[in-house]
Amino acid sequence: MRDWFNRRGWRDLIIATPYAWLIVFFLIPFLIVVVMSLAIMKSASPPFGFHEAFPWIDLGNFARLFQDTLYIRAFVSSLINALIATLLCLLIGYPMALGITRVSKSWRNILLMLVILPFWTSFLLRVYAWIGMMGSNSWFNKLLTSIYNFAVPSEWALKSIPMMNTSFAVVLVMVYSYLPFMILPLYANLEKLDTTLNEAAMDLGSRPWQVFRDITLPLSIPGIIAGGLLVFIPATGELIIPSLVGSSANPMIGRVIADEFNSARDWPMASAVAVALLFLMVLPMVFYNHYEAKAQNAGGKP
Amino acid sequence: MAATDTGAAAAPFVRIEGVTKTFGTFRAVDDVSLDIAKGELFSLLGGSGCGKTTLLRMLAGFEQPTLGRIFIDGQDMTSLPPYERPVNMMFQSYALFPHMSVEQNVGYGLKHEDLTPAQRSARVKEMLELVKLSELAGRKPHQLSGGQRQRVALARALSKQPKLLLLDEPLGALDKKLREHTQFELMNIQDRTGITFIVVTHDQEEAMTLSSRIAVMDRGVIRQVGTPNEIYEFPSNRFVADFIGSINQFEGEVIRTGGGMTDVSCPVLSGTVKAATDATPERGSKVTVAVRPEKITITRKAPSGGVNVVRGTVRDLGYFGKDSLYRVKLESGHLVLVNSVNTRRSDEGGRVAQWEDEVWLSFEPSSAILLTD
Amino acid sequence: MTRRPLFLISCLCFGFAFFYIPILSMIFFSFNKSRLATVWGGFSLQWYGKLFDNDQIMNAALLSLQIALVSATFATILGTLCGLALARFTQFRGRTLFSGLVTAPLIMPEVITGISALLFFIFLAELTGWPGKRGFTTITIAHITFSMTYVAVIVQSRLSSMDKSIEEAAMDLGSRPWQVLRDITLPVISPAIVSGWLLAFTISLDDVVITSFTTGPGATTLPILVWSKVKLGVTPDINALATIIIVVVGIGVAISGYLMHRADKIRERDIQMAIAANT
Repeated sequence: MRDWFNRRGWRDLIIATPYAWLIVFFLIPFLIVVVMSLAIMKSASPPFGFHEAFPWIDLGNFARLFQDTLYIRAFVSSLINALIATLLCLLIGYPMALGITRVSKSWRNILLMLVILPFWTSFLLRVYAWIGMMGSNSWFNKLLTSIYNFAVPSEWALKSIPMMNTSFAVVLVMVYSYLPFMILPLYANLEKLDTTLNEAAMDLGSRPWQVFRDITLPLSIPGIIAGGLLVFIPATGELIIPSLVGSSANPMIGRVIADEFNSARDWPMASAVAVALLFLMVLPMVFYNHYEAKAQNAGGKP
Repeated sequence: MAATDTGAAAAPFVRIEGVTKTFGTFRAVDDVSLDIAKGELFSLLGGSGCGKTTLLRMLAGFEQPTLGRIFIDGQDMTSLPPYERPVNMMFQSYALFPHMSVEQNVGYGLKHEDLTPAQRSARVKEMLELVKLSELAGRKPHQLSGGQRQRVALARALSKQPKLLLLDEPLGALDKKLREHTQFELMNIQDRTGITFIVVTHDQEEAMTLSSRIAVMDRGVIRQVGTPNEIYEFPSNRFVADFIGSINQFEGEVIRTGGGMTDVSCPVLSGTVKAATDATPERGSKVTVAVRPEKITITRKAPSGGVNVVRGTVRDLGYFGKDSLYRVKLESGHLVLVNSVNTRRSDEGGRVAQWEDEVWLSFEPSSAILLTD
Repeated sequence: MTRRPLFLISCLCFGFAFFYIPILSMIFFSFNKSRLATVWGGFSLQWYGKLFDNDQIMNAALLSLQIALVSATFATILGTLCGLALARFTQFRGRTLFSGLVTAPLIMPEVITGISALLFFIFLAELTGWPGKRGFTTITIAHITFSMTYVAVIVQSRLSSMDKSIEEAAMDLGSRPWQVLRDITLPVISPAIVSGWLLAFTISLDDVVITSFTTGPGATTLPILVWSKVKLGVTPDINALATIIIVVVGIGVAISGYLMHRADKIRERDIQMAIAANT
């Protein structure tokens, strides 16, 4: 026994324990969803079944994905919302990350702490904070409304700006919630850049914005991609934000899955949408892996 | 290549037999055989990627040879894991355990030996005294300077009283002044403990001063094994001649041999060169005549009746205080390096010649090295 | 560079205003006397008092903490093993599938993870009779599965940046591979393991979606309770709860930041001393 442990048992145990756990509690549940997506809804308990004859499975759910505009619209609005949120995060996060690398070391730690702090507080409460801000009675909405009324002709004046239950609200709260995921990888990337490169470029006659365009930006592409994926992927499948601040007429895909499952109790359809969503998510990952492999080949061993 | 000199006695302490190590298609070490005697301070010298570190790691047991065998003190070590070998290693990065104090670092290896706590702490104390670190026993590695870390690494590697100590670039991370001092300390410790040392280094000066013998490696192959003197004065091939110090090489063809002397016709020297050799290369074979810069005499007047004399003009010269380095252009256009000691004190730095001066170069037949490959 | 990057500084100011104005607004209105959470009606601490009298909230908070403690601990153990396996054992059968299983939960939308866990528990109950009632155990298992992969990523990246020669040195000094793991590797990566535990703990404490699928009657965690209240609209007692959470987290972060800063200072001084001692 002791001999077995010394020789290779310790190694087998290290691999097998988490492997078994992930197979039982992750892989098998996932396979159940895949199989479920090929079933049909039945009014039984549990509410699904298979055809009684060969080939048993049913592709009707996947066909419905393309026939029912609800699903296509939900996919499109999820992708668009996630994309806009990612771009806005980049637009706000990039200068912030760059700014943090340019302040003194003690300030740097404080600012990083301030970026991370909201992340450690509850996600739900961050969404809640914006619900308070966006309501038609809130000071923030009133402030925006008076600025708006001041700027536009009086016949366009509004009593309050409708913010809640719109795609605007969804994007705004997603940007707010996921901004740290953009800033942190970008900061990690920008901080490692050699500042003497900037000095060399300036020494060779580049103005600051040219230095940024020619040196900093190209070298920070890995950080942009990492941050972009960290925002885009969870934003696409987001459930909480669209449920709380989004419009129910124009739902995002995560909400469609949850509604199919909980309200409509159409487990097979919910599974089919889920499988389709995963396919959609795998694409950017494949792109990213391809990019990374290429980058490693280019900058790998001499 | 087998060692043919005095270092390897009849029963070698470390025997490397036809060892090859491949990584994929890359041959890091290519059919190396080597014998090392007990108590030697042996160096593996070569540029980066020459296979010296891979060879060392196979001795330590971190890599398995693809082919061949390794014996230490008569025992076959080839397939033994590192923790069962009577061998210890001093790592290039020192690899001190960051979460342990100096004392704990040095005592770590002793946990696996049959020692009472008293014996163990006595051994740790002895080791720390050996490297003069007793007063820093409680410090953590990050509280030490580079030189102190190096000594902790040495004490830790010696603590188990290994039969063989492997040192990977032991002085590489130290600054120049500390390196010279530590070099002698290392030799001193080797002398006192009597442990066989194998040192990997890329620094030829370090190898020359430290070692009793050196193996020069290139692309996985040992090119020559010998004492520092043999390696420098009697390089056996062009690679070694070129790698150690600087040297002038003249290509030529053998035209006459006999009487311990070989005549070589060298077009770049516009004449015939006499070289004293034991070997008798075949007439008409292509050879290279190699001469060290300091073995060439530079004069303003033609030397009377000597052999191996050639005329040229000074193109460049560098003044180093105690000596000067000349680059002399021969009539054939070939550039020759000459090193000459500044024996006289003068405004001109005691130099024999100035820029564009016409000079005569000459060297003894015994200074010429004949290389056939 | 001597010029102050004005543009970047103003971006930072804007960004942090964006981060903190909603939070400060939320804290401000927690002291509101009025029932309407967004209209100021005078100062009051009544919502804090109500919060501590509310058994439902206190029980939910307790359950959340229990689940987070248990799941973070198991997730840390399993995740550390994952990280070790991926970083140190480059060849074993099924490694590709294994590394896929470790990364998949990271990109899987939580809805899907939640649904698949729920379906799994339903079928498991049909087949074996267990779990008869979903609640603490099922939530904990789902949280472990989800957060162990975060721990694995942290541990793996720490291991791959670690100087491997210290492990070789230990082996060279006579330690068997598992002894090296115990004496050297685990102590050296322990800061990464601790931060992995903290991350797993907060993930569990914060999770709504997966919990909402794997929970059962009677097992209401704090996020689930907040979720059901928020769906009904803004109420000042949630503001009070949020304020307490932010203050607790803020103090925690500030203390750990101070401790890290002090450790840095001590380290710097030690290095200075070492250099001085050497000359």
